[in-house]
Amino acid sequence: MRTSVQEMIAKSKDKKSKKIIEKLIPVLLFLIASVSVLTTIGIILTLIIETLTFFTRVPFTDFIFGTTWLPFSNTEARFGIWPLIIGTLKITGIAIIVAVPIGISAAIYLSEYASDNVRRVVKPVLEVLAGIPTIVYGFFALTFVTPVLQSFFPEIKIFNAISPGIVVGIMIIPMIASLSEDAMSSVPKSIRDGALAMGSTKFEVAWKITVPAALSGIIASVVLGLSRAIGETMIVSLAAGSTPKFDGDFTGSIQTMTAYIVQVSKGDAGYGTTIYYSIYAVGFTLFLFTMAMNILAGYMSKRFREEY
Amino acid sequence: MRYIEQEKVVRRMNGRMIVNRIFQGLFMFATALALLALVILLYRIVSQGAGHLSLDFLINFASRFPAEAGIKAALVGSIWLMAVVAPTSMILGVGSAVYLEEYAKKGRITSFIQMNIANLAGVPSVVFGLLGLTIFVRTLALGNSVLAAGFTMSLLILPVIIVAAQEAIRSVPGELRDASYAMGATRWQTIVRIILPAAIAGILTGSILALSRAIGETAPLIVIGIPVIIQFLPAGVMDTFTALPMQIYDWSSRPQAEFQTVAAAGIIVLMVVLLFMNSVAVFIRNKFDKSY
Amino acid sequence: MNTATIKTKINVAKSIPTEQAVKESVYSTRQLNLWYGNNHALKNIDLEIEENEVTAIIGPSGCGKSTYLKTLNRMVELVPSVKTSGEIHYRGRNIFDANYGVEELRTRVGMVFQKPNPFPKSIYDNIAYGPRIHGIKNRKILDEIVEKSLRGAAIWDEVKDRLNENAYGISGGQQQRICIARTLAIEPDVILMDEPTSALDPISTLKIEELVQELKEQYSIIIVTHNMQQAARISDKTAFFLNGEVIEYDRTDTIFSNPADKRTEDYISGRFG
Repeated sequence: MRTSVQEMIAKSKDKKSKKIIEKLIPVLLFLIASVSVLTTIGIILTLIIETLTFFTRVPFTDFIFGTTWLPFSNTEARFGIWPLIIGTLKITGIAIIVAVPIGISAAIYLSEYASDNVRRVVKPVLEVLAGIPTIVYGFFALTFVTPVLQSFFPEIKIFNAISPGIVVGIMIIPMIASLSEDAMSSVPKSIRDGALAMGSTKFEVAWKITVPAALSGIIASVVLGLSRAIGETMIVSLAAGSTPKFDGDFTGSIQTMTAYIVQVSKGDAGYGTTIYYSIYAVGFTLFLFTMAMNILAGYMSKRFREEY
Repeated sequence: MRYIEQEKVVRRMNGRMIVNRIFQGLFMFATALALLALVILLYRIVSQGAGHLSLDFLINFASRFPAEAGIKAALVGSIWLMAVVAPTSMILGVGSAVYLEEYAKKGRITSFIQMNIANLAGVPSVVFGLLGLTIFVRTLALGNSVLAAGFTMSLLILPVIIVAAQEAIRSVPGELRDASYAMGATRWQTIVRIILPAAIAGILTGSILALSRAIGETAPLIVIGIPVIIQFLPAGVMDTFTALPMQIYDWSSRPQAEFQTVAAAGIIVLMVVLLFMNSVAVFIRNKFDKSY
Repeated sequence: MNTATIKTKINVAKSIPTEQAVKESVYSTRQLNLWYGNNHALKNIDLEIEENEVTAIIGPSGCGKSTYLKTLNRMVELVPSVKTSGEIHYRGRNIFDANYGVEELRTRVGMVFQKPNPFPKSIYDNIAYGPRIHGIKNRKILDEIVEKSLRGAAIWDEVKDRLNENAYGISGGQQQRICIARTLAIEPDVILMDEPTSALDPISTLKIEELVQELKEQYSIIIVTHNMQQAARISDKTAFFLNGEVIEYDRTDTIFSNPADKRTEDYISGRFG
């Protein structure tokens, strides 16, 4: 049966359908792949269109220069974004103060000191920490961290900026730790060995060689952490309160941009009201903040990759 | 003259060693602190919520009375949600990854799509909620249904699945592709019969991890207006529903202290679901881990 | 020595062999050029490859021998930025013709790779892969094809009791014979082999070499090898490639005993490469 298989192949009927499939599939897959692009376009268009509607009712300058956010007032509603930005920055600031030292220390420990066994245990545990839903963190902030803080500092209110700030910090530790560790461990071993062979201690290697070499990667991880903290929603909705304030108070109730969106969505702000459109304006502001951070982080990590 | 005096070096060495020790201790302490946070969190939740866990809790609907509050509607609702999110996000995610890895020519458009995916992954989930509210709930008039929420969540986790599937596809050795093409196989035959089967473990693992993110997400659901108090189960994808994190959010934000216990019990259920999904992912990773 | 003289030599070498004149040529390559981007990898290749013979292609690394082999079934086109000019006629048809489907060509021309590359499937599914993708679904026929192909690759006895096991569970040499069997399953006309033994131990190498000798009764085989002894042992004709050009092409015994070109002599006597 020398040619019989080839004959069977020649006789096989699915040649035509094969050709059609080969033409059709790439088109179909291209359409599928364009969904992610359409999503971005959809987000931007949605935010822009609804925000523009918002600006037909509230002057643009009131929004970006105003320092009073009083959307629910019947007589004199005010939509100055700054109190929400300040609230967001308070949370982000505390989160960074918590997460950066711990995250980077953990990264240095894992990449420079820890044995393989320790690493094998610690890294998955950090992954677990990263996989916990934010609603759980929010519950933790409200029912544990706040009472503990109150027992030391009685002036702290039930809703405040400190407790959710700390917990947002805990939430972004795994991200900063693992991205920084990636950056540090991609510094070539030969450079490290060179320094060790000169009689450097591990700390000197970490501080004078690895960290400076991995700096742009580490900064990228911090910026990404910042972006995550700015966009974090549930922790602040549960534990930070809903009082937009333009001041420097951390112990009382505040409100972030994300928490405002949740507050309005939860309530019955009817479709078409100014309050309804205001969540898009706030969402757009939030989007611009996180986008700027992400682009900055992308730029930093690209610079880092180019170095090695 | 010698620049390095060994005696001085030795004397300084002690100091340097001490600094090294101190910092090693500090770094270890910081790492331990992060782990400690996890332990406290888990301990708190289990000790708070375990008492309320019972079969009744699983089969009761939500209630005004903490003692009677159950999680049935939320648990079933989350399963419904996953029933929409899993196929939608995986078809879109794996399809995009196949296109980018196997069809797209490396060039401007591809790197644009790639950059777009990376940026999309950094958009806060609450913003995805706004997208879902405008597009799915209002424009397509799906209302606050399982479908609207499912599509929103699918777009939210799409970047994660695409990246995971791309990595899985990229890790299939080129020799297998070559062997298939050399047999006269077409591109699509090679993808379906060789590449996807070889990449399936990575794709599934990544997808399950992405789905476990979707099952714990709250913010987009709130924004698209998913209700909380529901005394029925959805009968189809066009019905409204509630989900585990929504229910937990509602319980957590109630003033009565008893509801905190209920919330903690709800969190335990959510964490068990997550643990289950992650175990499946780990199982798949180990089971199908092939060495080429 | 200028290029003109080399060309005449090649042409002379190609036209002289008398007993081959009756054999039909499977591949005739005419003025083939190939570029990877700006790198001119194959230069004005002219070669006639004949039926039911083993043709060896030798030369130092980077001389273009593998590239040439991969051009014969157009696998080289999977590398982006490849450009070609010239013609390769397979059984009288130019393979670069717009309406010549690569799938059709590759169904007629099988290939065995440098590193054994079985699919991560059962041995049975590996062998049945080719027939299946070309539309043969009948289990009985597939069973027959699998047995015949495994026998053809001299590995039936070793694996007949473990057809459903993963092909990665057997030794490298066995894997390579599985890959040969996989190629035989669609009964190709030509088998291209790209350094098929370079990743194998000497005993497995010997088995493959013996197999090649048997296969040439039914198939035309073109084999790229960096191992000159191997070329000498198993091939009927040998082409020596250097820097993308065919320096010399002749009967293997002539090439190894009495090469016409100084560079061929230098190479086979181990002075470079």
